[in-house]
Amino acid sequence: MSFSVTEPTNGTKWFAGLLVVAYAIITLVPLLWIIATGFKSPTDSIAYPPVVVFEPTLEGYVNLFTDRTRATDDMIEAAGPPETWYDEIARSRGTVITGPSRYGERFLNSVIIGFGSTFLCMVLGTAAAYAFSRFRVPLKDDLLFFILSTRMMPPIAVSIPIFLMFRNLGLNDTHLGMILLYTAVNLSLSVWLLKGFIDEIPMEYEEAALIDGYTRFQAFYKVVLPQAATGIASTAIFCLIFAWNEYAFAVLLTSGTAQTAPPFIPNIIGVNGKDWPAVAAGATIFLVPVMVFTVLLRKHLLRGITFGAVRK
Amino acid sequence: MAEVSLTGVSKSFGEDIALADVSLTIPDGSFVVLLGPTGAGKTTTLRMVSGLDTPDAGRIEIAGRDMAALTPAQRDVAMVFQQYSLYPHLSVRQNLEFPLKSPILKTPQAQIDAKVGAVAEVLQISHKLDNKATALSGGEMQRVSIGRALVRDPQVYLMDEPLSSLDAKLRADLRVELKSIQADSGATMLYVTHDQIEAMTMATHVGVLDEGRLIQFGTPREIYENPVSIYAASRLGQPRMNVLPADVFGGAPQGAASIGLRPEHIQQGEGEDSLVKRVERLGDQTRLHLVFKDHDLITVTDAHTDLKDGDTVKIRPVSPHYFDAAGARVA
Repeated sequence: MSFSVTEPTNGTKWFAGLLVVAYAIITLVPLLWIIATGFKSPTDSIAYPPVVVFEPTLEGYVNLFTDRTRATDDMIEAAGPPETWYDEIARSRGTVITGPSRYGERFLNSVIIGFGSTFLCMVLGTAAAYAFSRFRVPLKDDLLFFILSTRMMPPIAVSIPIFLMFRNLGLNDTHLGMILLYTAVNLSLSVWLLKGFIDEIPMEYEEAALIDGYTRFQAFYKVVLPQAATGIASTAIFCLIFAWNEYAFAVLLTSGTAQTAPPFIPNIIGVNGKDWPAVAAGATIFLVPVMVFTVLLRKHLLRGITFGAVRK
Repeated sequence: MAEVSLTGVSKSFGEDIALADVSLTIPDGSFVVLLGPTGAGKTTTLRMVSGLDTPDAGRIEIAGRDMAALTPAQRDVAMVFQQYSLYPHLSVRQNLEFPLKSPILKTPQAQIDAKVGAVAEVLQISHKLDNKATALSGGEMQRVSIGRALVRDPQVYLMDEPLSSLDAKLRADLRVELKSIQADSGATMLYVTHDQIEAMTMATHVGVLDEGRLIQFGTPREIYENPVSIYAASRLGQPRMNVLPADVFGGAPQGAASIGLRPEHIQQGEGEDSLVKRVERLGDQTRLHLVFKDHDLITVTDAHTDLKDGDTVKIRPVSPHYFDAAGARVA
């Protein structure tokens, strides 16, 4: 019987597989529960013991995207037959749709602020990381430590000064304010992560490009950037996830115009109080952009494509 | 092509002196090889000329122009690095096109295609042009790397041990190839190596560096036959020059502390007895490891010699080199 040091035994493989599956179930169940709740009726959503098998309805999604008012049978009759499927759902609950809800705008705010701050963070982070990696920066180590130290306390700990500062600068409840804030919070992480990735790109590439007739910036743009793509993509995912899901600052600093979806979703109130299916539907849709972004960038997450062309 | 001259160039990295007052003229169209062990300052010299590093003191001129204020791109030099340093995200063709497409050269596409095709032909990588740079073997990568320099028509080619990572056969092939490319094009070439065969076969001039100093500069023949010091003498020649105390054979000149004997300085069959410790048959030559008055010596003898371990052979020096206590040549 052969024995290999590197190849795990069948028993180990089974055990590892089981662990992974168990862990996946534990992490995925709440997510599945949220998605399922989005398709439940309000009654099913708060039933105890919880309902696992239920009759799916789009009521949660209709409620998420619309504002409705309670209507008497006369009013419904006066309004004539329902024109659309969502009208029909609303009326079956004794309500009429009075207009779109604010979820759409909140969602759009999240997109603008989340992707805006991620983009800004990548531009500034890559530039800073490149400088720290390649140039003789005075007090380099101290500066890097200082940058990291901004993350040594929870950002919300400085919420009061930030709140006052934003008020004085007129940044309260603006897209720009939130983009700047999330960029500032994410920048330390992105500088550190990206510096690590850029450090791994051998200097010879840029030196070769410099001699091949390119300026420093062109060498950075044409040679370093394509090879740092992996690092930039994975760092961008981290930054986006933070900015996308951030709740505390969004509650504190936004209200009318620039409010993002996270403070909005849990406060969706239906005609009969908290509308759990609508909340779950809002959370489900809110997941989609980050998932799409991650899936689009996932090929960059597979490392190893840049390695092997310089002999070490 | 152009003449390159270094005047009093010095460079330190912190405490380490990489180059100390090096002055050197690389004539137009010459093939200059810099020889020396690791840390002698060979690569630093190349980097000074390329502009990747700037000297602390001294002046570098290419074609009579001071290079001090010019970036590497503006100097119009081509360099082959010791590492392959191909751009891994590009194909072989894109790698070769890269310098021609630079904002400085902006070569028309038709001309790019012609040059890349010609160079790929010479380096036998035509069939790999559309491969990803990372999908090549080490030898192919280094050929592409050399090709990236050859597609251009720069003032000077700089090569930093371009063949050291290749296997023996490829190294021998490319050595011949490079030399003939250089001879045909009349390119000025500054070439760093620690391989003395490369130095002897390719160079029109050899510069011997030691701890940042240029010890000797001349044709390979001059350095071989007329070295200025033990150090310079031991850079060239296989087997190495034997260094013994000056008086072992007698007749040493005034001030000589040691005698340097290359195999051709040792006449066999006459003189004093020495013991054959080992016979090393290399095929085309046979080396004798001798013990002479408690000193070890290595020399070359007839390939088909009958000598065996433990035999005795008479030896006598013929016009050897003499060096003083500091290693400088006295006679």
